[in-house]
Amino acid sequence: MTQTNTVEPIQKVSIIISHGSLEGVYPGLIMANGARMEGIEASLFFTFFGLDAIIKKRMNSLKVATVGNPGMHMPTLLGALPGMSAFATGMMKKEMEKLDIPPIGEFIAMIHDAGCEIYACRATVDMFHLKREDFCDEMDEVISVGQFYEKAAGAQIIFT
Amino acid sequence: METMNVTGKAIQLDADGHLANRSDWNEDLARELAAQEGIPDLTPQHWTVVNFMRKVFEKEGDAPSIRRLTKESGVDTKTLYQLFPKGPAKRAAKIAGLPKPKGCI
Repeated sequence: MTQTNTVEPIQKVSIIISHGSLEGVYPGLIMANGARMEGIEASLFFTFFGLDAIIKKRMNSLKVATVGNPGMHMPTLLGALPGMSAFATGMMKKEMEKLDIPPIGEFIAMIHDAGCEIYACRATVDMFHLKREDFCDEMDEVISVGQFYEKAAGAQIIFT
Repeated sequence: METMNVTGKAIQLDADGHLANRSDWNEDLARELAAQEGIPDLTPQHWTVVNFMRKVFEKEGDAPSIRRLTKESGVDTKTLYQLFPKGPAKRAAKIAGLPKPKGCI
């Protein structure tokens, strides 16, 4: 006898990206892309330093945090040496390329082409005095938290 | 094991509803699988994607990622999602008679 699965599949996700380090940005992007690949509706909301991932001048130079990151298994003083973050970032990018994970700019374009909406947080945009032209073309709209919740109606909200 | 009946023949499926035996695949079966996925008509562009996936699987033992599809199949991301609205990599793999892709990207 087959067991009937009564759990509804996920229809929609709204993913918040709040960190600007490489390891802070990629998980949310991978989840958004993965959702679209499964036919799940997805949107991305970038807030605080997460905005760096959609700021034209910064998106392709995000770095791995080598200080204050216990996951690096590296003493803080060593992590603080000049070039250490660039070195760790280079290593990580190389490994990601092997897995076919694109650089941030290309990934954002791909996810946007896949139909995922991309939003920037109003409060952060105002706080950092950012303008539309600072952002990549894929950024659809600057929205408030209230608008975010409106757009996320019926979605699972994932905070990263 | 689940099966589907196509022109009087029982075709075995795996747990994901993909073909259990790749050797069962033919173009008519692909059309049947596409219809199940809500794609009534396989256009030449659909076939480009399906054939590209089969070619990569043949060589590498796994279906290509969406990034590779975008870069190498000759069909861009936007079009891929128009052709396979419920998720290109997975749906195209099913129609191509391949197992569900293992990768995350």
